Amino acid sequence: MSLTLQQLQAHLGGLVFAPPEPAAAAAGPPTSPERSSPPESEAVPSSAATAPEPDGVRLVDYASRGVHLEVRTPASQVVAAAELLDREGFALDAVTGVDWIAQGEMEVIYDYFHPTAPWRVAVRSRIPRDHPQVPTISAVFPGANWHERETHDFFGIRFLGHPDLTPLLLPEDADFHPLKKDFAV
Amino acid sequence: MTTEEIMAVAQGKAPNETFVLNLGPQHPATHGVLRVKLTMDGEYITRAEPVPGYIHRMQEKMGENRTWAQYLPNTSRIDYLSAMAYTHGYVGAVERAAGIQVPPRAEYVRVITSELNRISSHLVWFGAFLLDLGGFTPLLYAFDDREKILDLLEGITGSRLTYSYYRFGGLYNDVDEDFLGGTREFVAQMRPRLGMYRTLVTENIILRKRLEGIGVITPEQCRKYGATGPVIRGSGIAYDVRKVEPYSVYADFEFDIPVFPEGDSMARYLVRMEEMGQSLRIIEQALAKLPDGPVMAEKVPRVLKPPAGDYCYAVEAARGRFAVLVVSDNKEMAYRIKLRTPSFSNLSLFEEVSQGMMLPDALALMGSLDLVIPDIDR
Repeated sequence: MSLTLQQLQAHLGGLVFAPPEPAAAAAGPPTSPERSSPPESEAVPSSAATAPEPDGVRLVDYASRGVHLEVRTPASQVVAAAELLDREGFALDAVTGVDWIAQGEMEVIYDYFHPTAPWRVAVRSRIPRDHPQVPTISAVFPGANWHERETHDFFGIRFLGHPDLTPLLLPEDADFHPLKKDFAV
Repeated sequence: MTTEEIMAVAQGKAPNETFVLNLGPQHPATHGVLRVKLTMDGEYITRAEPVPGYIHRMQEKMGENRTWAQYLPNTSRIDYLSAMAYTHGYVGAVERAAGIQVPPRAEYVRVITSELNRISSHLVWFGAFLLDLGGFTPLLYAFDDREKILDLLEGITGSRLTYSYYRFGGLYNDVDEDFLGGTREFVAQMRPRLGMYRTLVTENIILRKRLEGIGVITPEQCRKYGATGPVIRGSGIAYDVRKVEPYSVYADFEFDIPVFPEGDSMARYLVRMEEMGQSLRIIEQALAKLPDGPVMAEKVPRVLKPPAGDYCYAVEAARGRFAVLVVSDNKEMAYRIKLRTPSFSNLSLFEEVSQGMMLPDALALMGSLDLVIPDIDR
């Protein structure tokens, strides 16, 4: 592996801040004007503790966080990030979500590991909670198919272009998304 | 069927059509409630679509509704065959989040118990896999050996499968002389047994004919699907979390990562058989180097409130990479717990790899993936 972690950071950084390609922009979520303000609720966590960081690529302390490189990117760039990491020989670890109900946002997390180098990369993207859409990376990593289906099951996040978003782990007629914070147990 | 069709079949001119066959959800070869929807062209598979989720329990939502410590027993019930590694992954993530330092003796005991558990898990796979392939006797031998491990672990944890033995900052209790002596005895007994398995089973021509060249998984497929554990090591990539991201005290031990480049079911079989020997090596070194001292960190608060943020911790479970992602918002319960389980990723490549295989060969492939269904369904 000739690439260093810093080179990878610069590489990914160029990608995140570059203007989105027309194709990627078309696949991204439309900026809906009806996007509502976050619902006011007492039960939700304090926003100070969970405020999102700005877009960019950061080296993080592995010993305290368990990841080496963290990428925050708009939803339109997740496919480009997946393609770049694919070219660098990364493997798909998992795709998952987090419901940030206080901010009115959903977070999609793509975890990657490298089969031959000791690197972990997390790509994160925030999308509006009332319109959770993000392009699929299953064309780049076929293993993402199941992970994205599971994330759709749990959070209702729509992966645009995904071949089959029918419930994977939930019952086949499930119309609920249990990991949304407003889903009562 | 029309008369013409019946006549065509009688004359050996059967119509060329596929049919759907349901394997499972209750089937001995799936070792749990997994359904595989097979589209068959005679004996050959044109499409095999796994349908998981029959024992889905929403483990991740449970994590958001109980305190950090109350979630500990859940971690033994994901992959019930290698529960130690799963508890290790979870306590590791929480210790990372809360900044808890674990005393060395506790880490050594964690390694010893995790490796014993890896052997007992591989022994279940060994027996059940050969049962799938039609060999009954090896199961009886494997369970004989496994029984000794379960007795040892029961002595210190009180459980035979769902241990929940680790705590944030250490262990539930210290190991006693019975356990240490018994483990030394077990290591001495197990080595010749592995040799016996090699001569009686591994070199058996029927086994080799059933496994060699069957279900070849390429390194590229492993990477694209995130397959780990013996699956990726059976495809020639020496990926093992214990070496790549050394956690606990694994860096203190000398052990090899068995790798076989063929990518077939035999390679995955050989990886697991070799791994048991390597686990014995680790246990032996850990017993020799086991330090004295406490098995619990001092000043671990009764109610944990890790600082806000997200933390990841990965371990090498018996089936591959198990990673826990926790998101904390500085409360006594987790904001989010994500369990990245190896069986889920390892099964996801089944559809692609099984295409065009004969059904009995696909069952050999499925057995060689060593699936645990609660690990997929969570």
